[in-house]
Amino acid sequence: MLDYDFMRHAFAAATIVAVVAGAVGYFLVLRSQTFAGHALAHVGFTGATGAVLIGISPLWGLVLVTLAAGLGMGFMGERLAQRDVAIGLVLALALGLGLLFLHFFTAYATQATALLFGNVLAVDVETVWTLLALGAISLILLAVISRPLLFASLQPELAEAKGVSLRLYSVLFLAIVALTTAECAQIVGVLLVFALMVGPAAAALQLTRAVVAGVLLSALLAVVEAWLGLTLAFYTDWPTSFWITALSVAIYLLANLRWPVAIRS
Amino acid sequence: MTAIALRDVRLTLGDRVVLDKITLDITAGEFIGVLGPNGAGKTTLMRAILGLVKPSQGEIRILGRPATRGNPAIGYMPQVHGAATLARLNGWDFVASVVDGHRLGLPLMGKAGRAEIERALDRVGARALAQRPLAEISGGERQRLLLAQALIGRPHLLLLDEPLISLDPRHQAEVINLVKSLQRELRITVLFSAHELNPLLGALDRVLYLGSGQAALGTVDEVITGPVLSRLYGSDIEVVRLKGRIFVMSGGHELEGDGHRHDAGSSHSHRHHHAQSGHA
Ligand SMILES: Nc1ncnc2c1ncn2[C@@H]1O[C@H](COP(=O)(O)OP(=O)(O)OP(=O)(O)O)[C@@H](O)[C@H]1O
Ligand SMILES: [Mg+2]
Repeated sequence: MLDYDFMRHAFAAATIVAVVAGAVGYFLVLRSQTFAGHALAHVGFTGATGAVLIGISPLWGLVLVTLAAGLGMGFMGERLAQRDVAIGLVLALALGLGLLFLHFFTAYATQATALLFGNVLAVDVETVWTLLALGAISLILLAVISRPLLFASLQPELAEAKGVSLRLYSVLFLAIVALTTAECAQIVGVLLVFALMVGPAAAALQLTRAVVAGVLLSALLAVVEAWLGLTLAFYTDWPTSFWITALSVAIYLLANLRWPVAIRS
Repeated sequence: MTAIALRDVRLTLGDRVVLDKITLDITAGEFIGVLGPNGAGKTTLMRAILGLVKPSQGEIRILGRPATRGNPAIGYMPQVHGAATLARLNGWDFVASVVDGHRLGLPLMGKAGRAEIERALDRVGARALAQRPLAEISGGERQRLLLAQALIGRPHLLLLDEPLISLDPRHQAEVINLVKSLQRELRITVLFSAHELNPLLGALDRVLYLGSGQAALGTVDEVITGPVLSRLYGSDIEVVRLKGRIFVMSGGHELEGDGHRHDAGSSHSHRHHHAQSGHA
């Protein structure tokens, strides 16, 4: 299987993205912001289609537009109560634009499918390097802000009192989520970003009560799902995105069935 | 020494003046019960002491210095607590999130951090509790973890915003006794907001009563009187004392639901259906 270049690229890309998605996804689920991740992915579709229209790579369209949308969301609403409205507004505008772009996009039907559902087997070396760079940026940024981010997520009122700016970390975190979403879209497509960002994280939160263990487990589960997904896709010839989503759901269900064990950090 | 000093302070939220012309001094080591009806400004006052609400007029000084955000000398237990998802985590990680929580970096705990958490947990008798997931502990047990969280960083001043909320009388008494012992043994100043006076009578040194944008600070005998409370409520208030308990009445009705409750000491013989008296 690994004799083929495209499989090696696919494994490299999927591993990078899975690690980042697992770690970032843990905080996303912890902060109850999964809707934000979902919305950013949809907004990303608009960016990618727009990018193709003006002749630049869809990945950069994805990155730029999700980033802008993530920052916009962060600035618009810092309070939980306001978040849904802010996200809904951004989403509505983006989907409207996406519809407009799709209107001009009909000639590129395969590319549209690849954006929506991912096409990891078509990833080239250059994309792998880009993903590695983006992934490193996301992970390093997350590592740098993780302590105050955790504090702000668990006890916002107290964190604010201790001098943590809720808005700053909300904006920074959504920027990280935006980058991660754009990366995930390369593997599983914008519609299935949930599979890598939310599935493993939600399962990890069921399986361990400790934060550090939870983040590591979430990343590990995401990698396992990606590898198994690719392997199954290779031998069955079914789409990789299908396998990854199926595994993600299966592992989440298994995690819920199992009696939770507490692992201390 | 003065722990908290307010000079002619006005606190405004939006266009609403919540408190106005407040001047008061709270001495270090005092246990102050902060009372007043819903919306009187108890939470706003605490947030102002924390530097989260800037006075639109006047000055607030904490331990001799102007109130600023992120003052390490203040421990705080907010009235509302985080998102429900945190319930999946264990108490330890919840308390641990405060240690150096404002500093950048990974949330990894060194020896000193662990010792700090263990010290705070031991103080409130919650060491064993911290191993359990937050979702599976009771309201009273959660209050103890929150108290441990407030103690991280060895504060000189504790601001506790309604720690008795949704606790039954026995657990109310437990929390009050715990806070009282912290105040005595660690010699810290405590601001304890509540909706009922009676459970706090044995613990507090002075009362800070808020209402109608004004404040009255003094001993129970000075503040809980008809004239003072009538001014704060803006209506005719009568104070009735009965067997060591105090009832604040307005036109024959009891305010704040004190009398429906049997507080700690007297509850065992006949605690009954009034235990959850509402004050919403
Ligand atoms: N952002 C805001 N803009 C305008 N008014 C506000 C704002 N936030 C709160 N208020 C008002 O300020 C007043 C004081 O609120 P605060 O929360 O301090 O009262 P409280 O005494 O803590 O009440 P409770 O007993 O219900 O906790 C309330 O009347 C509230 O409606
Ligand atoms: Mg309040």
